[in-house]
Amino acid sequence: MNAAQHRTIAIVGLTAPAYLWLALTVLLPLCAMLYFSFLTFSPMGGHESEFTLKHYASFFEKRIYWYNAWRSIELAMYVTTLCLVVGYPAALGLAKYVKGRWREAIFLLIILPFWSNALVRTFSWTMVLREPLNLLFTYPAIIIGLVHAYLPYAILTCYISLQAIDDALIEAARSLGATQAQAFRRVTLPLSMPGVLAAIFLIFVPVIGSFMEPRILGGKDAIMLGPIIEGQFNAAFNWPLGAALSFTMLTIVLLIILAASPLLRRQLART
Amino acid sequence: MSQFLISRRSALALMGGAAALTFNRLPAHAAGQLKVLNWQGYGTDEKWALELFKQKTGLEVVHDYFTSEQEMLTKVRTSPGIYDVVLMNNIYVMEAAGEGLIQPIDTSKITNFADLTPSLRDSPRFVKDGKHYAISWVWGLTSFAYNTKKISGQPDSIEALWDPSHAGKVGWRDDALESIQMAALATGQDMNAPADMDKVKAKLQALKSQIKTFWSSEDEWNKYMAAGDYDIAVYWSGSAARSKKAMKLPVEFVVPKEGAIGWFDGLTIAANAPNPDGAAQFIDFMVSPEFYVRWDNEVGAPASANAKANAQLPEDALNRKVLGDPEVVKRVQWMAPVSEEQRQKNQEIWDEVKTGFAQ
Repeated sequence: MNAAQHRTIAIVGLTAPAYLWLALTVLLPLCAMLYFSFLTFSPMGGHESEFTLKHYASFFEKRIYWYNAWRSIELAMYVTTLCLVVGYPAALGLAKYVKGRWREAIFLLIILPFWSNALVRTFSWTMVLREPLNLLFTYPAIIIGLVHAYLPYAILTCYISLQAIDDALIEAARSLGATQAQAFRRVTLPLSMPGVLAAIFLIFVPVIGSFMEPRILGGKDAIMLGPIIEGQFNAAFNWPLGAALSFTMLTIVLLIILAASPLLRRQLART
Repeated sequence: MSQFLISRRSALALMGGAAALTFNRLPAHAAGQLKVLNWQGYGTDEKWALELFKQKTGLEVVHDYFTSEQEMLTKVRTSPGIYDVVLMNNIYVMEAAGEGLIQPIDTSKITNFADLTPSLRDSPRFVKDGKHYAISWVWGLTSFAYNTKKISGQPDSIEALWDPSHAGKVGWRDDALESIQMAALATGQDMNAPADMDKVKAKLQALKSQIKTFWSSEDEWNKYMAAGDYDIAVYWSGSAARSKKAMKLPVEFVVPKEGAIGWFDGLTIAANAPNPDGAAQFIDFMVSPEFYVRWDNEVGAPASANAKANAQLPEDALNRKVLGDPEVVKRVQWMAPVSEEQRQKNQEIWDEVKTGFAQ
């Protein structure tokens, strides 16, 4: 056996469990949902089902769907931007200025919210937002709840990128006459872009599908595509329409990512 | 590579809700166990009652809950052989029976059967070809309740929910069917087939300045009422009795002059129930005065389908005084089954109204 064969076996051995797991738990149910989305009725409702594209047409024909899809995208933009505005400086501080035990302690504080149940976390926000902030059941309340939920993603991904930057590069820039701001803009920021982009994808996409936080915190402003899809599954029992709305949204998100990928590749090439 | 990973993640996120619903796992059935599917806090899970039932039969009752009737159907459809007893609103019983989700019940095993109110017990919503697919358990009304400390003088009209003096203090349930029925009552229409849907929609849109936030469970209703978010809110009669008694909230349930939505619930046995005999025993216990009177007295309950049980309540109990009043019962419009097409239309109208709320 040569080295290349060893390598192949190692790769297969290491990645197979993860891919098998993903295939079973994610791809199979997804395929079932994709199939449902082309049926006239839910196959479990005791109806005769036929092939149809009408659920996909609904997304574009009915204002409630495309308009609320836009509301979801808009929300995701707010949340992602705020996560980065708050998270990037925190990551920079952690990676470049905090050392030793303090760093561990601060990390623990960042990860701590992850260990609590999302529902519990959201309900605890209802108390703070009602008094003294008086923001409960408003649009800002949804943003606050979601930023809290996704901020650790922003901090952790940015931190990993920032921490990998060799301090010598920044020192070199400084010794060549760059101000601190210039060194940051020309060296640190470009080199940390992979982390920023990873954070954008990790936050933007799940926020588009969120329905629990809007429903609990948002009051009358809760309606987005996420809650509408939830309603199709839970209240109207129209799985095909719910699935079709999900896949249409998924396609739109993929198109956004595809459009953004040249930028991604350029940034990666630079590093 | 990164694109590949991300697309999978996004798929996960978008489908997360659906996956969580469909593929929930329930622990395997243990011997001497009875699995009940019901709303949380809706009688069958009273701790004292389950202890009493265990003393009598040796059976241990475990619960699974749903938060909407569609979720109940979904759970019964996707988890055959898991549940023994399932609580069902009358309008879903024939649908479930038609799909083979529930089985006919041997009424000879229900010792309290003769005491159940015949109009409910033998309703065509429960009986097909002489077979009872559900045992009539409780009935009640959907209308509204108000905080007696915030609103003086009992409102007698459904218009109270649209009263500008309660602007931003109204609680509403996030449910398409109930919303449309309430608006139909308020516009003087047949709530099961409103002739003028535009009127219904306009009435709902007029709630924009009224609604504080939506509630989806009794627990949420109690929290929002206690926190002062609501002064007045759409509610269920049995839950109102519970909020008053168990939660000590200063609330009063109103059956307005325009009428109220009437519903009745039955207990069913799932088609592949692991323990059908135990299920019948449990249902018999649930419809007995022994269970019901204590439930209503100590906790608060909807009205019982068992006439003997209702007669044993204190004279001032809501279920005896108000729901036992034939004049009140005359104003009730009983909920009829809804076709799939109508359900979809309702959902669309309601989503449209809610989209308007958010603008």
